[in-house]
Amino acid sequence: MSSHPRLPLSRRHMIRGLLAASAFGATSQLWTGCSSKPTSEAEATDSSAASSDAPLVIGMLYVGPKDDYGWNQAHAEGAAGIMKLPGIKVVEEANVPETTAAAETMRSMIVQDGATVLFPTSFGYFDPYILELAKEFPEVQFLHCGTLFEEGKHPNNVGSYFGFIDEAYYVAGIVAAHASKTGQMGFVMAKPIPRIVRTLNSWMLGARSVNPAATTQLIVTGAWSDPVKEAEAVNSMADQGIDVITCNVDNAKVVMETAEKRGIYCSGNGVNQSAVAPKGYLTGAEWDWTGVYTSYATMIQEGKTLMNGGIPHLYLGGLSDNFVKLSPYGEPVSEAAKAEAEQAKAGLMDGSLVVYKGEIKDNTGATVIPAGTEYKPGNPELEKMDWLVEGVNGTITS
Amino acid sequence: MTPDSLGWWGIPLAILGGLLRGSVPFLFVSLGECLTEKSGKINLGLEGSLLLGAVTGYALSFHSGSPWVGVLGAGGAGLGLGAIHAWLVQQRRVNDISVGIAMMIFGGGLANYLGKPYIQPIAPQLPALHWGDWSDLPAVQSALRVSPLLLIGIAIAVSLQWFFKATRWGLIVRAVGESPTAAKAMGFSVARTQTACIMVGAGMAGIAGAYLSLYFPGSWNENISSGQGLLAVALVIFARWNPIQCLWAALLFGGTQGLGPALQSVGIEGYYYVFNAMPYLLTLVIMVATCSPVRSSVGAPASLGQPRPDA
Amino acid sequence: MRMLRSSHLRWRSRLESLCIPVGALLVALLLFGGLCALEGYNPLSVYGAIYQAAFGSRFAWQNTLLRAAPLMLSALCTVLPARLGLIVIGNEGALVLGGLLAAITGIQLAAAPTSLGLLAMALAGVIAGGLWIMVIGALRHFRGVNETISSLLMNYLAIAFLSHMVEGPWRDPSSLNQPSTFLIPDALRLGNLPPSRVHYGLLYGLAACAIAHLLIQRTTFGFAVRTVGGNRRAARMVGLATGKLTLAICFLAGSCAGLAGMVEVAAVHGRANGALHANYGYSSILVAFVAKQNSLTVILVAILLGGILASGSLLQRALEMPDATVMVLQGLIFLVILYSESLYGQIPWFREPRPSDDPSPAVHPPVLASATVTPPSPSGDLHR
Repeated sequence: MSSHPRLPLSRRHMIRGLLAASAFGATSQLWTGCSSKPTSEAEATDSSAASSDAPLVIGMLYVGPKDDYGWNQAHAEGAAGIMKLPGIKVVEEANVPETTAAAETMRSMIVQDGATVLFPTSFGYFDPYILELAKEFPEVQFLHCGTLFEEGKHPNNVGSYFGFIDEAYYVAGIVAAHASKTGQMGFVMAKPIPRIVRTLNSWMLGARSVNPAATTQLIVTGAWSDPVKEAEAVNSMADQGIDVITCNVDNAKVVMETAEKRGIYCSGNGVNQSAVAPKGYLTGAEWDWTGVYTSYATMIQEGKTLMNGGIPHLYLGGLSDNFVKLSPYGEPVSEAAKAEAEQAKAGLMDGSLVVYKGEIKDNTGATVIPAGTEYKPGNPELEKMDWLVEGVNGTITS
Repeated sequence: MTPDSLGWWGIPLAILGGLLRGSVPFLFVSLGECLTEKSGKINLGLEGSLLLGAVTGYALSFHSGSPWVGVLGAGGAGLGLGAIHAWLVQQRRVNDISVGIAMMIFGGGLANYLGKPYIQPIAPQLPALHWGDWSDLPAVQSALRVSPLLLIGIAIAVSLQWFFKATRWGLIVRAVGESPTAAKAMGFSVARTQTACIMVGAGMAGIAGAYLSLYFPGSWNENISSGQGLLAVALVIFARWNPIQCLWAALLFGGTQGLGPALQSVGIEGYYYVFNAMPYLLTLVIMVATCSPVRSSVGAPASLGQPRPDA
Repeated sequence: MRMLRSSHLRWRSRLESLCIPVGALLVALLLFGGLCALEGYNPLSVYGAIYQAAFGSRFAWQNTLLRAAPLMLSALCTVLPARLGLIVIGNEGALVLGGLLAAITGIQLAAAPTSLGLLAMALAGVIAGGLWIMVIGALRHFRGVNETISSLLMNYLAIAFLSHMVEGPWRDPSSLNQPSTFLIPDALRLGNLPPSRVHYGLLYGLAACAIAHLLIQRTTFGFAVRTVGGNRRAARMVGLATGKLTLAICFLAGSCAGLAGMVEVAAVHGRANGALHANYGYSSILVAFVAKQNSLTVILVAILLGGILASGSLLQRALEMPDATVMVLQGLIFLVILYSESLYGQIPWFREPRPSDDPSPAVHPPVLASATVTPPSPSGDLHR
């Protein structure tokens, strides 16, 4: 069903990567390839693409639009950071659902665009799509944003990277507790999954380190992005006397704006949203993927791979490794708050401060981390977090 | 409990606030759909008009600095999509429901496409009337902050009621919706009447979009409507094609939107998916309760959903 | 175009029913090219990319077919009730529920032999989706509730139910950051059609479309359905049980979408979670309407839409167009094809002489053809 005239011109205008489609995987093998012989130059019509200094092609997959002012945008900005580097070409695709479409996109990036490194940035891409493709394309490196990789269980060309953004939430919690007059804070949450719950618990622990009587009200919206519910959540919390609000939803703009309209403080999520709430913005927990992607790109250009052991399969970090950062402190933040926040930040960065250090009780009074036990940021126990720390009002059962 | 905290009083206040804030999009879309359906056509695609209106309003407000320019532009965007819909449904063998679904996809796609650069910028917002300033409680002040668009919407509802009941033009619209053949025989242009009604209806949906992006929640992103345009179309059915009842229905739905978060904020947790689905369930239940198998809809225009005689 | 089942039609009519949709498609692509040009993209490279990504190679074809498979099954959820004159758009809800129930069934059947287990999963999907849409039919028949609106609302309910169950009662506690049910046993996974990466779901889709076609066109049941669809009141007067037909056709419709959900679970996800709600149901409404509610045309249109979705991917990667581009293209194609419906019988060249029973030769002088053409019906003029 050719649905349009097949003009010869359209062919000529076709993008380079496509023309390599016939050479199934030729480009990818060429790139990593010590095992494979260089394919004939004729395969690739664009001679520059086939020369030995062919660019490193990196494929990025986002689950939503890449300008969502949140999770996907943070990654897209990271990708934009490495696009500028010499010898690197980035191919991107946004709004890729977690269905066969994800597998097809990755496959097309490998086969048609010649990508040898893929960064699928949504959790749901891992199993089964990445795992299946990784077996089929053992020379392509699949770097998945998350902490799901397990040594021995998953293919050797798969790796995980993730940032402990909860460290930034901990510091933001300290700042918030200083700013709050009522000691009541609020948290708008998209979905109560462990990685999000952890940001809430760290926030609460940070706040309680300043004001042991502080509480945080939790409101779950049930959707990654639902502006009306997010705004109503902020409004109803403001009605209850809550005077600092943070969130972990896809696009925090509405939460920040509504808090500003209600004249209460807010703390950001994902990217710097201080422009949205110039009066009430305290600070925020931001991703900083540029550094992460740059160091991956550098390692790969140096010839290191997951397969030759040059790149670690789990690449995790927090404030200290520049995976995450804090927004610059806003105007309402007092000097005392800044000092305490900076002290905590330094402690987190040098490892002297551990957020999850017993005894920690959950909000039903049960001990979840016994005295004398501490979980460092990379501890797998923290990946299973299904409890809310003391001081949080709410539950996370749907 | 601090003095600022309202506790359980927060629930009625949240409902009141939610009702005043959240009902406007429902009101405008359902009035627009009411007008459209009175003329005998259905426009399921108002969600598309709403989305395109939201992005147009936001973009124009951002560039011109005046949110009211944005509202006008949003209405214009709605009119434009309405014109396409109206023209298509006047063709032979073209079913209005399928055109509506197509317009929903097209309008939504266009809105997302054009809206990319406007997700981050901050556009000037519509002003509000501060009716709650007599109170010292910030919660009351906030709940009684009313958008002029709500008042305009109420005025439109009342005048639409009057329009259908007491004006010649209203009579023509109703005649066209009841029996196109008879209206034609009386010398009215069916196509022109329907086109006007569809365009005005879609224009109102566009304004509803501008309300979303320029007042509450007051931001443009691709999920801004979360299906409100679709729900509002359903509202018309249980409002029995009566503009005043559209107003009550819109207020009811605005109120339920604030309910879920408000209940969580006073400690009623869990089942948020169930709470979030409540408006849909409620609509369905009311439809089941009020529809009749004999005459599918009391107050419905008789030719609604009927194919054109020549189709 | 054998499926047009038009042995008694003459070649001009056949040509018309081929040329109009193809022409509409071309017009839609032209309009889309115009939009692209306005935005500063070269329309020719856009066309090239669409063709290459959708149908340009074996690789592209597999990509297209994979995306088309779930669309075929779930499009039947709109197609079948349409034959009865009902517009049901509850595809997404029925798909999601079918998938969820199929996954739950599969999980319980760890020890069952593959064929039995798959059959049970399919049945679960079929029954769940079927009953769900049957409710819509029942509401329509017994309470007069508008089926379009109720099916729309019920989509939201089904999706909320899915979210609630996979994040609550039916959650596998080890599915941490993507709440899901447990995995179905490996034995119950549907594999791929041997030389390709297209899974067996495609066969399910093709078979269902073919069966639906036979059912509607070749059986007494189908004849009754078409009669009611043509004129409900007349059908009731000749004694057709419209209620039973409504319930039956809605059950069949929902069962197709439910089966699509089962295929997604068994062939793709291996469990049920939020990713089941991937808008296949909504896209398939488009397929059904563009296919003019014809079960066999659904196959072609699903492949076409699968191709468009596949090209959406390349338009982003190669031409760096925004992700919403493909949605605009879908909307345009849909609108233009709907418009093209009105052109049947309007283009003089395609007009046949007044139809008569005698099989006359296929070639007529054009003058004669235009002279004896049937005028548009008078009732149509009333509307202008």
